[in-house]
Amino acid sequence: MLAMPALRTVPARVVARQTLRKSTTRAASSSSSSTEATSSPFYTTLTASAATVVAIGSVAWYYHLYGREAFAMTPQEEGLHPTQYPWEHYRWVKTFDHQALRRGFQVYREVCSSCHSLKRIPYRSLVGTIATVDEMKALAEENEYDTEPNDEGEIEKRPGKLSDYIPSPYKNDEAARAANNGALPPDLSLMVKARHGGCNYIFSLLTGYPEEPPAGATVQSGLNFNPYFPGTGIAMARVLYDGLVEYEDGTPATASQMAKDVVEFLNWAAEPEMDNRKKMGMKVLTIGALLFALSVWVKRYKWSTVKTRQLVYNPPVGPKR
Amino acid sequence: MAGIASGLFNSIFRRNYVFLSTVFLGAFAFEIAFDTTTDAIWNRINKGRQWKDIKHRYVQKPSEDEDDDDE
Ligand code: HEC
Repeated sequence: MLAMPALRTVPARVVARQTLRKSTTRAASSSSSSTEATSSPFYTTLTASAATVVAIGSVAWYYHLYGREAFAMTPQEEGLHPTQYPWEHYRWVKTFDHQALRRGFQVYREVCSSCHSLKRIPYRSLVGTIATVDEMKALAEENEYDTEPNDEGEIEKRPGKLSDYIPSPYKNDEAARAANNGALPPDLSLMVKARHGGCNYIFSLLTGYPEEPPAGATVQSGLNFNPYFPGTGIAMARVLYDGLVEYEDGTPATASQMAKDVVEFLNWAAEPEMDNRKKMGMKVLTIGALLFALSVWVKRYKWSTVKTRQLVYNPPVGPKR
Repeated sequence: MAGIASGLFNSIFRRNYVFLSTVFLGAFAFEIAFDTTTDAIWNRINKGRQWKDIKHRYVQKPSEDEDDDDE
Protein backbone atom coordinates (compact mmCIF):
# COMPACT_ATOMS: atom_id res chain seq x y z
CA MET A 1 0.00 0.00 0.00
CA LEU A 2 2.71 2.42 1.01
CA ALA A 3 4.96 1.53 -1.93
CA MET A 4 2.24 2.19 -4.47
CA PRO A 5 2.61 5.98 -4.82
CA ALA A 6 6.43 5.73 -5.14
CA LEU A 7 6.18 3.10 -7.81
CA ARG A 8 3.80 5.13 -9.78
CA THR A 9 6.35 7.98 -10.19
CA VAL A 10 9.19 5.68 -11.29
CA PRO A 11 9.41 4.91 -15.03
CA ALA A 12 8.38 1.45 -16.01
CA ARG A 13 11.85 0.59 -17.36
CA VAL A 14 13.55 1.09 -14.06
CA VAL A 15 10.95 -1.03 -12.35
CA ALA A 16 11.55 -3.81 -14.79
CA ARG A 17 15.32 -3.66 -14.27
CA GLN A 18 14.93 -3.65 -10.54
CA THR A 19 12.72 -6.71 -10.60
CA LEU A 20 15.20 -8.41 -12.86
CA ARG A 21 18.11 -7.66 -10.54
CA LYS A 22 16.12 -8.73 -7.57
CA SER A 23 15.33 -12.04 -9.15
CA THR A 24 18.96 -12.67 -10.15
CA THR A 25 20.30 -11.84 -6.71
CA ARG A 26 17.68 -14.05 -5.21
CA ALA A 27 18.73 -16.84 -7.50
CA ALA A 28 22.37 -16.29 -6.69
CA SER A 29 21.78 -16.21 -2.98
CA SER A 30 19.61 -19.29 -3.12
CA SER A 31 22.23 -21.14 -5.13
CA SER A 32 25.01 -20.14 -2.74
CA SER A 33 22.91 -21.20 0.25
CA SER A 34 22.22 -24.50 -1.45
CA THR A 35 25.96 -25.15 -1.86
CA GLU A 36 26.38 -24.31 1.83
CA ALA A 37 23.55 -26.67 2.58
CA THR A 38 25.35 -29.50 0.80
CA SER A 39 28.82 -28.74 2.17
CA SER A 40 28.16 -27.80 5.81
CA PRO A 41 26.66 -31.15 7.04
CA PHE A 42 29.86 -32.89 6.06
CA TYR A 43 32.06 -30.72 8.28
CA THR A 44 29.63 -30.41 11.13
CA THR A 45 28.98 -34.13 11.13
CA LEU A 46 32.69 -34.82 11.14
CA THR A 47 33.42 -32.36 13.95
CA ALA A 48 30.46 -33.52 16.01
CA SER A 49 31.42 -37.16 15.55
CA ALA A 50 35.03 -36.47 16.45
CA ALA A 51 33.99 -34.51 19.54
CA THR A 52 31.65 -37.29 20.58
CA VAL A 53 34.33 -39.91 20.12
CA VAL A 54 36.81 -37.84 22.12
CA ALA A 55 34.26 -37.22 24.89
CA ILE A 56 33.25 -40.88 25.19
CA GLY A 57 36.85 -41.96 24.88
CA SER A 58 38.07 -39.70 27.66
CA VAL A 59 35.23 -40.75 29.94
CA ALA A 60 36.03 -44.39 29.23
CA TRP A 61 39.72 -43.80 29.81
CA TYR A 62 39.07 -41.93 33.05
CA TYR A 63 36.71 -44.66 34.25
CA HIS A 64 39.25 -47.28 33.29
CA LEU A 65 41.91 -45.50 35.34
CA TYR A 66 40.00 -44.26 38.37
CA GLY A 67 36.37 -45.28 38.11
CA ARG A 68 36.43 -48.96 38.89
CA GLU A 69 36.31 -50.32 42.38
CA ALA A 70 39.77 -51.25 43.51
CA PHE A 71 39.79 -54.86 44.60
CA ALA A 72 42.99 -54.89 46.53
CA MET A 73 41.88 -57.90 48.50
CA THR A 74 42.05 -61.46 47.37
CA PRO A 75 38.79 -63.43 47.48
CA GLN A 76 40.14 -65.09 50.60
CA GLU A 77 40.62 -61.75 52.33
CA GLU A 78 37.19 -60.68 51.13
CA GLY A 79 35.51 -63.69 52.67
CA LEU A 80 32.80 -65.88 51.19
CA HIS A 81 29.64 -63.90 50.55
CA PRO A 82 26.86 -65.14 52.80
CA THR A 83 23.87 -67.03 51.47
CA GLN A 84 20.67 -65.00 51.18
CA TYR A 85 18.15 -66.61 53.48
CA PRO A 86 14.42 -65.85 53.30
CA TRP A 87 14.16 -64.19 56.72
CA GLU A 88 10.52 -63.78 57.55
CA HIS A 89 11.16 -60.63 59.54
CA TYR A 90 12.95 -59.00 56.58
CA ARG A 91 9.62 -58.66 54.79
CA TRP A 92 7.92 -55.30 54.60
CA VAL A 93 4.96 -55.90 56.86
CA LYS A 94 6.33 -58.61 59.15
CA THR A 95 7.35 -58.08 62.74
CA PHE A 96 9.99 -60.06 64.55
CA ASP A 97 8.81 -63.47 65.66
CA HIS A 98 8.89 -62.78 69.38
CA GLN A 99 8.93 -66.43 70.31
CA ALA A 100 12.15 -66.68 68.29
CA LEU A 101 13.49 -63.56 70.02
CA ARG A 102 12.87 -65.24 73.35
CA ARG A 103 14.77 -68.34 72.24
CA GLY A 104 17.50 -66.15 70.80
CA PHE A 105 17.88 -64.30 74.08
CA GLN A 106 18.21 -67.65 75.82
CA VAL A 107 20.99 -68.63 73.38
CA TYR A 108 22.72 -65.31 73.94
CA ARG A 109 22.54 -65.72 77.71
CA GLU A 110 23.66 -69.33 77.77
CA VAL A 111 26.30 -69.22 75.02
CA CYS A 112 27.44 -65.87 73.69
CA SER A 113 27.29 -63.86 76.92
CA SER A 114 30.36 -65.59 78.32
CA CYS A 115 32.46 -63.70 75.77
CA HIS A 116 30.31 -61.00 74.13
CA SER A 117 28.79 -57.98 75.84
CA LEU A 118 25.40 -56.53 74.93
CA LYS A 119 26.02 -53.14 76.43
CA ARG A 120 23.23 -51.17 74.83
CA ILE A 121 20.36 -53.35 75.98
CA PRO A 122 18.77 -52.58 79.36
CA TYR A 123 16.51 -55.14 81.03
CA ARG A 124 13.57 -52.81 80.70
CA SER A 125 13.68 -52.98 76.90
CA LEU A 126 13.16 -56.74 77.08
CA VAL A 127 10.01 -56.28 79.12
CA GLY A 128 6.97 -56.45 76.91
CA THR A 129 8.91 -57.65 73.89
CA ILE A 130 10.69 -60.78 75.01
CA ALA A 131 9.89 -61.39 78.66
CA THR A 132 7.54 -60.34 81.43
CA VAL A 133 8.32 -57.77 84.11
CA ASP A 134 8.68 -60.43 86.79
CA GLU A 135 11.09 -62.52 84.73
CA MET A 136 13.29 -59.54 83.96
CA LYS A 137 13.25 -58.25 87.53
CA ALA A 138 14.41 -61.67 88.68
CA LEU A 139 17.10 -61.77 86.01
CA ALA A 140 18.33 -58.27 86.85
CA GLU A 141 18.56 -59.11 90.53
CA GLU A 142 20.95 -61.96 89.79
CA ASN A 143 23.62 -59.36 88.99
CA GLU A 144 25.26 -56.76 91.17
CA TYR A 145 25.76 -53.17 90.17
CA ASP A 146 27.66 -50.26 91.68
CA THR A 147 25.68 -47.87 93.83
CA GLU A 148 26.14 -44.14 93.97
CA PRO A 149 28.91 -43.17 96.43
CA ASN A 150 27.51 -43.23 99.99
CA ASP A 151 28.21 -40.70 102.77
CA GLU A 152 31.77 -41.98 103.22
CA GLY A 153 32.36 -41.94 99.45
CA GLU A 154 32.36 -45.71 99.26
CA ILE A 155 30.78 -47.38 96.28
CA GLU A 156 28.78 -50.40 97.34
CA LYS A 157 27.02 -53.14 95.45
CA ARG A 158 23.29 -53.42 94.95
CA PRO A 159 21.15 -55.94 93.08
CA GLY A 160 20.24 -54.99 89.53
CA LYS A 161 17.09 -53.16 88.55
CA LEU A 162 15.08 -53.05 85.34
CA SER A 163 16.80 -49.83 84.32
CA ASP A 164 20.26 -51.47 84.45
CA TYR A 165 22.02 -52.60 81.32
CA ILE A 166 22.95 -56.20 80.65
CA PRO A 167 26.33 -56.73 82.30
CA SER A 168 29.43 -57.36 80.22
CA PRO A 169 31.43 -60.55 80.72
CA TYR A 170 34.71 -58.69 81.12
CA LYS A 171 35.69 -55.61 83.13
CA ASN A 172 37.17 -53.90 80.07
CA ASP A 173 38.47 -54.56 76.57
CA GLU A 174 41.94 -55.42 77.80
CA ALA A 175 40.58 -58.13 80.07
CA ALA A 176 38.49 -59.41 77.17
CA ARG A 177 41.53 -59.60 74.91
CA ALA A 178 43.62 -61.25 77.57
CA ALA A 179 41.04 -63.97 77.99
CA ASN A 180 40.65 -64.58 74.23
CA ASN A 181 44.20 -64.95 72.86
CA GLY A 182 44.43 -61.24 72.17
CA ALA A 183 41.22 -61.10 70.11
CA LEU A 184 38.43 -58.83 71.29
CA PRO A 185 34.94 -60.33 71.15
CA PRO A 186 33.01 -57.33 69.81
CA ASP A 187 29.90 -55.99 71.46
CA LEU A 188 26.87 -57.58 69.82
CA SER A 189 24.28 -54.83 70.39
CA LEU A 190 24.62 -53.37 66.92
CA MET A 191 26.40 -56.27 65.24
CA VAL A 192 23.65 -56.91 62.68
CA LYS A 193 23.92 -53.34 61.46
CA ALA A 194 27.71 -53.33 61.66
CA ARG A 195 28.44 -56.09 59.17
CA HIS A 196 27.74 -56.35 55.47
CA GLY A 197 25.12 -59.01 54.94
CA GLY A 198 23.55 -58.44 58.37
CA CYS A 199 21.59 -61.47 59.52
CA ASN A 200 22.76 -63.57 56.58
CA TYR A 201 26.40 -62.95 57.45
CA ILE A 202 26.14 -63.76 61.13
CA PHE A 203 24.04 -66.85 60.47
CA SER A 204 26.52 -68.04 57.86
CA LEU A 205 29.40 -67.29 60.19
CA LEU A 206 27.93 -69.20 63.10
CA THR A 207 26.97 -72.23 61.03
CA GLY A 208 29.82 -72.07 58.51
CA TYR A 209 32.65 -73.73 60.43
CA PRO A 210 33.80 -76.79 58.45
CA GLU A 211 34.87 -79.97 60.24
CA GLU A 212 38.40 -79.19 59.22
CA PRO A 213 39.98 -76.51 57.03
CA PRO A 214 40.05 -77.39 53.32
CA ALA A 215 43.28 -78.76 51.85
CA GLY A 216 45.79 -76.01 51.20
CA ALA A 217 44.28 -73.48 53.58
CA THR A 218 46.67 -72.13 56.14
CA VAL A 219 45.23 -71.38 59.55
CA GLN A 220 47.30 -69.52 62.12
CA SER A 221 47.59 -71.19 65.45
CA GLY A 222 44.90 -69.93 67.81
CA LEU A 223 42.59 -69.13 64.90
CA ASN A 224 39.80 -71.18 63.40
CA PHE A 225 38.92 -71.59 59.76
CA ASN A 226 35.68 -69.96 58.66
CA PRO A 227 35.20 -69.14 54.97
CA TYR A 228 32.68 -66.36 55.70
CA PHE A 229 35.02 -64.37 57.95
CA PRO A 230 37.16 -61.93 55.95
CA GLY A 231 40.60 -63.50 55.97
CA THR A 232 39.10 -66.88 56.89
CA GLY A 233 40.98 -67.09 60.19
CA ILE A 234 38.69 -66.15 63.10
CA ALA A 235 39.56 -66.12 66.76
CA MET A 236 36.10 -67.32 67.76
CA ALA A 237 35.85 -71.07 67.60
CA ARG A 238 32.66 -72.84 66.61
CA VAL A 239 30.25 -72.35 69.50
CA LEU A 240 26.92 -73.79 68.38
CA TYR A 241 26.48 -77.55 68.46
CA ASP A 242 23.21 -79.47 68.26
CA GLY A 243 21.49 -79.69 71.61
CA LEU A 244 23.65 -77.09 73.33
CA VAL A 245 20.72 -75.36 74.98
CA GLU A 246 17.39 -76.71 76.01
CA TYR A 247 14.59 -74.49 74.75
CA GLU A 248 11.79 -73.91 77.23
CA ASP A 249 9.20 -74.08 74.44
CA GLY A 250 10.39 -77.50 73.28
CA THR A 251 11.82 -76.40 69.92
CA PRO A 252 14.57 -78.85 68.92
CA ALA A 253 17.83 -77.00 69.55
CA THR A 254 19.75 -77.80 66.39
CA ALA A 255 22.79 -75.67 65.62
CA SER A 256 21.03 -73.88 62.78
CA GLN A 257 17.90 -73.31 64.87
CA MET A 258 19.98 -71.70 67.60
CA ALA A 259 21.91 -69.64 65.05
CA LYS A 260 18.68 -68.43 63.45
CA ASP A 261 17.15 -67.52 66.81
CA VAL A 262 20.20 -65.71 68.15
CA VAL A 263 20.62 -63.82 64.88
CA GLU A 264 17.01 -62.68 64.96
CA PHE A 265 17.52 -61.66 68.57
CA LEU A 266 20.62 -59.68 67.63
CA ASN A 267 18.64 -58.04 64.84
CA TRP A 268 16.10 -57.00 67.44
CA ALA A 269 18.89 -55.69 69.66
CA ALA A 270 20.18 -53.57 66.78
CA GLU A 271 16.75 -52.41 65.64
CA PRO A 272 14.32 -52.65 68.55
CA GLU A 273 12.09 -50.11 66.81
CA MET A 274 11.62 -52.26 63.72
CA ASP A 275 8.10 -53.56 64.49
CA ASN A 276 6.75 -50.08 65.10
CA ARG A 277 8.70 -48.58 62.24
CA LYS A 278 7.19 -51.01 59.77
CA LYS A 279 3.70 -50.53 61.16
CA MET A 280 4.08 -46.77 60.92
CA GLY A 281 5.50 -47.15 57.43
CA MET A 282 2.45 -49.12 56.36
CA LYS A 283 0.18 -46.38 57.69
CA VAL A 284 2.21 -43.60 56.11
CA LEU A 285 2.17 -45.31 52.72
CA THR A 286 -1.58 -45.85 52.95
CA ILE A 287 -2.31 -42.24 53.82
CA GLY A 288 0.24 -41.09 51.28
CA ALA A 289 -1.45 -43.11 48.55
CA LEU A 290 -4.84 -41.66 49.49
CA LEU A 291 -3.54 -38.11 49.47
CA PHE A 292 -1.76 -38.69 46.18
CA ALA A 293 -4.92 -40.00 44.57
CA LEU A 294 -6.79 -37.01 45.97
CA SER A 295 -4.25 -34.54 44.61
CA VAL A 296 -4.39 -36.16 41.17
CA TRP A 297 -8.16 -35.82 41.25
CA VAL A 298 -8.00 -32.16 42.32
CA LYS A 299 -5.52 -31.38 39.60
CA ARG A 300 -7.69 -32.95 36.94
CA TYR A 301 -10.73 -31.17 38.33
CA LYS A 302 -9.07 -27.78 38.31
CA TRP A 303 -7.56 -28.23 34.88
CA SER A 304 -10.66 -29.66 33.26
CA THR A 305 -11.89 -26.19 32.22
CA VAL A 306 -8.49 -25.33 30.78
CA LYS A 307 -8.14 -28.64 28.98
CA THR A 308 -11.60 -28.70 27.45
CA ARG A 309 -11.95 -25.08 26.40
CA GLN A 310 -11.71 -24.18 22.76
CA LEU A 311 -9.90 -21.10 21.46
CA VAL A 312 -11.37 -19.77 18.23
CA TYR A 313 -9.65 -16.99 16.28
CA ASN A 314 -11.93 -15.04 14.02
CA PRO A 315 -9.75 -12.74 11.88
CA PRO A 316 -11.35 -9.33 11.18
CA VAL A 317 -12.96 -9.36 7.79
CA GLY A 318 -11.14 -6.83 5.56
CA PRO A 319 -12.25 -5.21 2.30
CA LYS A 320 -12.07 -7.40 -0.78
CA ARG A 321 -9.09 -6.76 -3.09
CA MET B 1 -26.55 -32.26 43.79
CA ALA B 2 -27.64 -28.74 44.44
CA GLY B 3 -29.68 -30.01 47.37
CA ILE B 4 -26.66 -31.73 48.86
CA ALA B 5 -24.47 -28.67 48.32
CA SER B 6 -26.88 -26.27 49.90
CA GLY B 7 -27.52 -28.74 52.71
CA LEU B 8 -23.79 -28.95 53.33
CA PHE B 9 -23.49 -25.23 53.24
CA ASN B 10 -26.30 -24.63 55.66
CA SER B 11 -25.28 -27.35 58.08
CA ILE B 12 -21.51 -26.92 58.12
CA PHE B 13 -19.97 -24.03 56.25
CA ARG B 14 -22.40 -21.28 57.16
CA ARG B 15 -21.16 -20.89 60.74
CA ASN B 16 -17.44 -20.86 61.28
CA TYR B 17 -17.54 -22.52 64.71
CA VAL B 18 -19.49 -25.40 63.24
CA PHE B 19 -17.05 -25.65 60.37
CA LEU B 20 -14.01 -25.59 62.66
CA SER B 21 -15.48 -28.16 65.06
CA THR B 22 -16.31 -30.40 62.10
CA VAL B 23 -12.69 -30.21 60.96
CA PHE B 24 -11.33 -31.09 64.39
CA LEU B 25 -13.84 -33.80 65.22
CA GLY B 26 -13.45 -35.21 61.75
CA ALA B 27 -9.69 -35.40 62.19
CA PHE B 28 -10.07 -37.24 65.50
CA ALA B 29 -12.70 -39.58 64.15
CA PHE B 30 -10.68 -40.37 61.06
CA GLU B 31 -7.52 -40.99 63.06
CA ILE B 32 -9.29 -43.35 65.44
CA ALA B 33 -11.01 -45.23 62.64
CA PHE B 34 -7.86 -45.42 60.53
CA ASP B 35 -5.66 -46.59 63.40
CA THR B 36 -8.17 -49.20 64.48
CA THR B 37 -8.46 -50.70 61.02
CA THR B 38 -4.75 -50.61 60.17
CA ASP B 39 -3.85 -52.06 63.57
CA ALA B 40 -6.35 -54.85 63.01
CA ILE B 41 -4.88 -55.59 59.59
CA TRP B 42 -1.37 -55.46 61.04
CA ASN B 43 -2.24 -57.86 63.84
CA ARG B 44 -3.85 -60.20 61.36
CA ILE B 45 -0.77 -60.24 59.12
CA ASN B 46 1.49 -60.82 62.12
CA LYS B 47 -0.71 -63.20 64.01
CA GLY B 48 1.28 -65.29 66.45
CA ARG B 49 4.49 -63.31 65.96
CA GLN B 50 4.01 -60.44 68.40
CA TRP B 51 4.59 -60.42 72.12
CA LYS B 52 0.92 -59.95 72.89
CA ASP B 53 0.21 -63.24 71.10
CA ILE B 54 2.63 -65.27 73.22
CA LYS B 55 2.48 -63.27 76.45
CA HIS B 56 -0.18 -65.50 78.00
CA ARG B 57 2.31 -68.39 78.09
CA TYR B 58 4.58 -66.53 80.46
CA VAL B 59 2.40 -64.27 82.56
CA GLN B 60 1.55 -65.97 85.83
CA LYS B 61 -1.46 -63.98 86.96
CA PRO B 62 -4.67 -65.45 85.52
CA SER B 63 -6.33 -62.03 85.41
CA GLU B 64 -3.91 -60.95 82.66
CA ASP B 65 -4.85 -64.02 80.67
CA GLU B 66 -8.42 -62.85 80.21
CA ASP B 67 -7.73 -59.62 78.34
CA ASP B 68 -5.79 -61.54 75.73
CA ASP B 69 -8.62 -62.66 73.49
CA ASP B 70 -6.54 -63.45 70.43
CA GLU B 71 -6.81 -67.18 70.76
C1 HEC C 1 34.64 -68.30 73.60
C2 HEC C 1 34.23 -66.95 73.47
C3 HEC C 1 33.14 -66.65 72.45
C4 HEC C 1 31.84 -67.10 72.44
C5 HEC C 1 31.17 -68.05 73.40
C6 HEC C 1 31.22 -66.47 71.33
N1 HEC C 1 32.11 -65.67 70.67
FE1 HEC C 1 31.73 -64.54 69.07
N2 HEC C 1 33.65 -63.89 69.02
C7 HEC C 1 34.61 -64.26 69.93
C8 HEC C 1 35.85 -63.63 69.58
C9 HEC C 1 37.17 -63.76 70.33
C10 HEC C 1 35.60 -62.86 68.42
C11 HEC C 1 36.57 -62.01 67.61
C12 HEC C 1 37.00 -62.80 66.40
C13 HEC C 1 38.07 -62.13 65.60
O1 HEC C 1 38.11 -60.90 65.57
O2 HEC C 1 38.87 -62.86 65.01
C14 HEC C 1 34.20 -63.05 68.11
C15 HEC C 1 33.55 -62.45 67.04
C16 HEC C 1 32.21 -62.54 66.81
C17 HEC C 1 31.50 -61.83 65.77
C18 HEC C 1 32.10 -60.81 64.82
C19 HEC C 1 32.65 -61.40 63.56
C20 HEC C 1 33.14 -60.30 62.69
O3 HEC C 1 32.70 -60.22 61.55
O4 HEC C 1 33.95 -59.48 63.15
C21 HEC C 1 30.19 -62.18 65.85
C22 HEC C 1 29.04 -61.68 64.97
C23 HEC C 1 30.08 -63.14 66.91
N3 HEC C 1 31.31 -63.32 67.47
C24 HEC C 1 28.89 -63.70 67.30
C25 HEC C 1 28.79 -64.60 68.33
C26 HEC C 1 27.53 -65.20 68.73
C27 HEC C 1 26.18 -64.89 68.10
C28 HEC C 1 27.81 -66.03 69.76
C29 HEC C 1 26.83 -66.90 70.53
C30 HEC C 1 26.14 -67.88 69.76
C31 HEC C 1 29.24 -65.95 70.02
N4 HEC C 1 29.79 -65.07 69.12
C32 HEC C 1 29.89 -66.65 70.99
C33 HEC C 1 34.46 -65.09 71.02
C34 HEC C 1 33.29 -65.74 71.33
